[in-house]
Amino acid sequence: MGVGIQVDKLSAWFGKTQALYDINMTVQANHATAVIGPSGCGKSTFVRCLNRMHETIPDARATGRVRIGEVDVYNGTSATHIRRRIGMVFQKPNPFPTMSIYGNVAAGLKLNGFHDRKRLDEIVERSLLASALWEEVKDVMHKKSGASLSGGQQQRLCIARALAVQPEVLLMDEPCSALDPISTGKIEELIFQLKERFTIVIVTHNMQQASRVAEFTGFFLLGKLIEFDKTEKIFTTPSDKRTEDYITGRFG
Amino acid sequence: MRTRFQQGLDDLRARLLRMGGMAEQAIDRACQAYVDRDLGRCHMVLEGESQINAAERDIDELAFDLLAMQQPMAVDLRFILAVTKINSDLERVGDQAVNIAERVMDMVELPKADLPVDIPRMATAVSAMVRRALESFIEGKAELAQAVLEMDNVVDRMRDEAFIMLVRTMNEHPEMTRQALDALLIARNLERVADHATNIAEDVIFWVRGADVRHNVQPEEPAQQPVTDVR
Repeated sequence: MGVGIQVDKLSAWFGKTQALYDINMTVQANHATAVIGPSGCGKSTFVRCLNRMHETIPDARATGRVRIGEVDVYNGTSATHIRRRIGMVFQKPNPFPTMSIYGNVAAGLKLNGFHDRKRLDEIVERSLLASALWEEVKDVMHKKSGASLSGGQQQRLCIARALAVQPEVLLMDEPCSALDPISTGKIEELIFQLKERFTIVIVTHNMQQASRVAEFTGFFLLGKLIEFDKTEKIFTTPSDKRTEDYITGRFG
Repeated sequence: MRTRFQQGLDDLRARLLRMGGMAEQAIDRACQAYVDRDLGRCHMVLEGESQINAAERDIDELAFDLLAMQQPMAVDLRFILAVTKINSDLERVGDQAVNIAERVMDMVELPKADLPVDIPRMATAVSAMVRRALESFIEGKAELAQAVLEMDNVVDRMRDEAFIMLVRTMNEHPEMTRQALDALLIARNLERVADHATNIAEDVIFWVRGADVRHNVQPEEPAQQPVTDVR
């Protein structure tokens, strides 16, 4: 099951440049939360702070508090442990090109020292089923490489890879921006199903996508969280003029 | 700024205002025809109906295109939804004007009867409601629309009084039954026009404030101030 995320006074910097300012947000467990905003507003930085990916960039730092369920992300927990609990899917599908489809899904588990073949088979099948890729690859998953799949299939493979380590939260940073409408539709359908078991935070430039998949939406501008509310409220009657101007295309 | 989209919204607004003008004129003509027993004005109302119907189709088509092609959000989405509903109400105002004109044509063929009902006063109140509802749309002002909602009760009372008086006339003067029945139907037509004006005002409030105030149901949260100047 997914867990909730509590963000308090989160600020982030790249060197001396501040990218996030005192963000407070409550992400509900087993819901999809969309993060929208113009380029450079800090939305990707925000999700990368949730699983401590931000600190992998030289000179980057973050302050404030992030709790994933009962775990304090920035206090007394290793980054590796955090990233095991929080899966991430990126804008461009990035399967390991030299590995088979099966190898891609099993990679995270093997890296964590998991080598029970029978259990691995079960988890790979379950992950590929969950990412709606099983039927398309079950007969070729040992022979074909991950890179041989179409873009949409590669992205679902990356989702299966993230799910295999049984995270509680799935972060998705513009997961459909490189995909055609059919593949996008499949990923969106998948998000809808996955949130029954995981908590999902999705960064997207596509406001229609946010309105289709997310129950809650946060609008970021210049590193600040301007408005956070139920998605239907944000897209029909936003409270802040800056949100309205952005979603109606009057700027951004 | 999405220039083409904004042009589309401006076009939609202009077309709806033209249609509003046509519907308002149709009601005024039908009511004046009642006062003057003027068949010429009745025919003008009947002939004008096809223009109102054509305008309704054009506005729906443009709204449909904007929804499909521009994927509007927030205030723009509310505006387009409000326009489609106001469009439908204005077309029905045109239908009511035709109904009134047909009743007047019937009355003109009958001996003039001195009926105990003030249709012109009711028509003035109803025309004012339609005009103010359209003004609230032009100015994007929910307060003006709210005032229209409050006028509906006045017209309802006028209709109720007209019913009582005209039924009494039919009982006491059977020779005036047809004229009284025509007047009664006209009072009902006018009351329906007032209902359409009320609907238009409710749609303006929805557009401006994002609050659904139909059927006297108060929104769950207090209607907020508009975050965008919709004018």
